[in-house]
Formats: sequence, structure tokens, C-alpha cells
Amino acid sequence: MGGTMTVARRELAAYFSTPVAYVFIVIFLVMSGALTFTLGGFFARSTADLQPFFAFVPWLFLLLVPAITMRLWAEERRLGTIELLLTLPIAQWQAVLGKFLAAWAFCAIALALTFPLVLTVNVLGDPDNGVIAAGYLGCLMVAGSYLAIGAAISALTKNQVIAFVLSVAVCFLFAAAGSPVVTEFLSRNLPVMAEVARGISVTDRLAAFSRGVISLRDVIFFASFIGVWLFANAIAVDLRKAD
Amino acid sequence: MDAAHIEIDRLTKRFGAFTAVDDVSFTVRAGEVLGFLGPNGAGKSTTMKMLAGFVTPSAGTARIMGEDVVDRPVAAKRHLGFLPEGAPTYPEMTVQGFLGFTARARGYRGSEAGDRVHDAMRMTSLEEVRLQPIETLSKGFKRRVGLAQALLHDPPVLVLDEPTDGLDPNQKHEVRNLIARMAPSKAMIISTHILEEVGAVCTRAIVIARGRVIADATPAELAARGPDLDTVFRELTREAA
Repeated sequence: MGGTMTVARRELAAYFSTPVAYVFIVIFLVMSGALTFTLGGFFARSTADLQPFFAFVPWLFLLLVPAITMRLWAEERRLGTIELLLTLPIAQWQAVLGKFLAAWAFCAIALALTFPLVLTVNVLGDPDNGVIAAGYLGCLMVAGSYLAIGAAISALTKNQVIAFVLSVAVCFLFAAAGSPVVTEFLSRNLPVMAEVARGISVTDRLAAFSRGVISLRDVIFFASFIGVWLFANAIAVDLRKAD
Repeated sequence: MDAAHIEIDRLTKRFGAFTAVDDVSFTVRAGEVLGFLGPNGAGKSTTMKMLAGFVTPSAGTARIMGEDVVDRPVAAKRHLGFLPEGAPTYPEMTVQGFLGFTARARGYRGSEAGDRVHDAMRMTSLEEVRLQPIETLSKGFKRRVGLAQALLHDPPVLVLDEPTDGLDPNQKHEVRNLIARMAPSKAMIISTHILEEVGAVCTRAIVIARGRVIADATPAELAARGPDLDTVFRELTREAA
């Protein structure tokens, strides 16, 4: 575990040593707030909850999370530091897990900084804070899923732009799979696939969390989703590290 | 007598149809400084990367202090100090921050980690720049940061890929002195293009071309085969090509 945390610490510090972290956090806070209050009709709904916020977060993460993960491995390979990292006495899986945890912690920090929204609903009304906590947990799960996808794709290329574009595309698949457009189309034409599409959709699962429903099935889904992509990440690192 | 610190055992690496390293075997004992010579693309770096556990061999293996780099990579890496080609470092980190990271990755904590970092900086004369981000340093300093990282844990085995590349004559001299000071207790492999360096610091030289070992002798023996080491090197590597 020591190796994992050492890698994670270095990685997290690296985010804050460049403007990337601050740009990310500021854009995330501005966009999530703006969308919640305008398109989300936060006041017009006159309900003390954060439903509109939780509805927008997966779509914001869709663009912002790949921006965090694109450099994760691509940068190491470009600089040649991957050779240094992987010849230190830490196992490869520790490097993979450490980098993922750092990125996840960073997303958690960004999410935590949306706390003024929580304060606002508590001042204006009497929300169910348990439901809100469940929603945040769901957001963290979605962030972890996108991060695991992005990290694996980043390990496949030296080019950060390619890593970003591919990650957005793959994350979009899992975000859009549960949207009505997709599921209605599929249930008309390919009913079998409609169930599958709903099953792999991360947004559908987040919707359950944001209603305050934390089901074991959803937690297992996210955990195995992240696990599978991290496993793919480790394989990608092993195959492409020396290219 | 105890086993060799470094054992390279029929190491082979193929990239598609191209064989970069072809059935290379040799051993290095404590107290030996092995100069690893050869033209660009001869397989020097690939051999070193396999020894360091970064590139997986297509066949054969290597052992560091008896630990197999393929089967027990983490154990093998613990005994190894490795300076990769080009001395890569994280540009945004300070010298001290970077060395602190490698110390923690090697399992040192607290004041022991601090002492290790301090000693490594002292050995490589980095104290004056310890709080500077590495990206602001000159090439010579960057190379020394890479060296400091490799020396930090006082490993019995050192593998240095072109340790003096990009250094000015004074810095080259310092690095050679450093190597000479450490030589008696360690097994070292140093790759270089500078043949005079081999005579200056190495106790043994291996010439590699097209992935094969074509000479293994002391620098003096090698030089005695012709008018000077340069000529011998050219003749040897031309024959192989």
C-alpha cells in the first residue's frame, strides 16, 4: 500500500503545481452553479433539493474528467518518466492505482467545493440532507468511472489530444446509453439491447443515487466498472510502456 | 565466492522481425565497473532497460543480487539504482521534492528519508538548487538529479545509461570521480559513447553491435588490439555491421 500512496501523493501535488487544477475547479464550479440556477430552474422548482445539480454533473464531468486523465500516462511516456516510475521498487498495479486515486481525490475536492449549493438549499428550505449526500456519492462514482476510462485510454497513447478526444467519446457512450433517445430507439428496433444499454448507463445509476436510493447493485456496478477499466489500464501500461 | 551481483542470462529482445538484443549473457561482480559500448541502435539501452525490469525480455532473463527481474521485479529493483537514458525527471517538482518522492517509493519514511535525500544531494552537489523546480535547471544539473535518484538508497548495483552525456568537462570529471569512489563496493554498468571515459573509470569493457557481444575485455587489453581504443572500436563495430 505504501507504493500506491506515494504515487498518489506525488500525482495529486502535480495537479496543483500547474494551472490545470485551478482552471478545472473554477470552470467546474462556475458551470455547475450556472447550469443549476438557469437551465435547472433551481428557484422555479421551489423544491429544496439538488436534483438539477446532480442531473448536470455527469455531463460536465464528461468534458472535464478526460481533461484530467489525458495527461496521466501520456505525459509520463512523453517525458520518459514512465521508465523512472516503473523501475522504482513498486508494483505496476500500485502505480496504476496510485494515479487513479490521485485523480479521484482531485475530483472529490472539486465536488466538495460545491458546498455553497448545499448551504443554499439548507438556508432556503428544509432539504433531506441524506438524499443530498447520496447524490454526492453518486457523482463521485460517476467521476471514478470516467476517470478509470480516461486513465486506461491515456496509457494507450503519447498524444494528450488523442487521449482526451477518445476518452470523451467512450465516456459519452456510457453516459448516453440510458438516455430516453437511445433506449426508446433501441426498444423499438432492438429490444434486447435496450436493457443492456440501460444496464451500462452511468447516468441512470446516478439518477437513483440522487433520489437517495443507494442500492448494493449500483455500488457493485460502479466498483466493478472501475475495476475492469483499471485492469485494462494495467494491461495497456504493460503493453505500451516501452514504445 | 558469492554469486555475481548482476547476471545477464541469454537475454533476447525482438521487436517484430527485428532482434534488438540477441542472446546476450554476461555477469558483473562487486568492484567491477563495466563500460557498455556500441554504436547507436546496437542494443545497449534495450539491454539496460531489460535489466532494470522496464522492458520485458522476449527470451532469457537477468538477475540482480540473485533476484530474477522477470519473476521478482520488485525485489530485484530494490537492489538497483538506475539512471534511464536522458535522465528523465518530473519537470514541475523541486529537486528536493523529486528526491523525496523516490526515497518514499523506496520505502524510506520521516527523518531517514530526509537524510537519504540530503546525502544524495551532497554526493551530486545539488544542495544549492534543492528548492528549484527541475525544469529551471541546466542540463548538467538535471543529469545530476537523475544520478542522485539512482544513488539515494546506496544500491549494490548501479546501471547508468550515459551518465555524463550533456555535462561540461568539469562536471564529467566530478561524475567520474563519484563513480570511482563508489566502485569498490558496487557492481556497475555504464553505457557511454565517450571512449576515453572507459579507460578512465571502467575495469572492464563490453562492446555490443547488432545486439550481440563482440568483445569483452579490460580497457587496456582492448586498446592493445590496435593503435588506440577509437580505432579498435571502429574496427570491431564495422566488422559486425
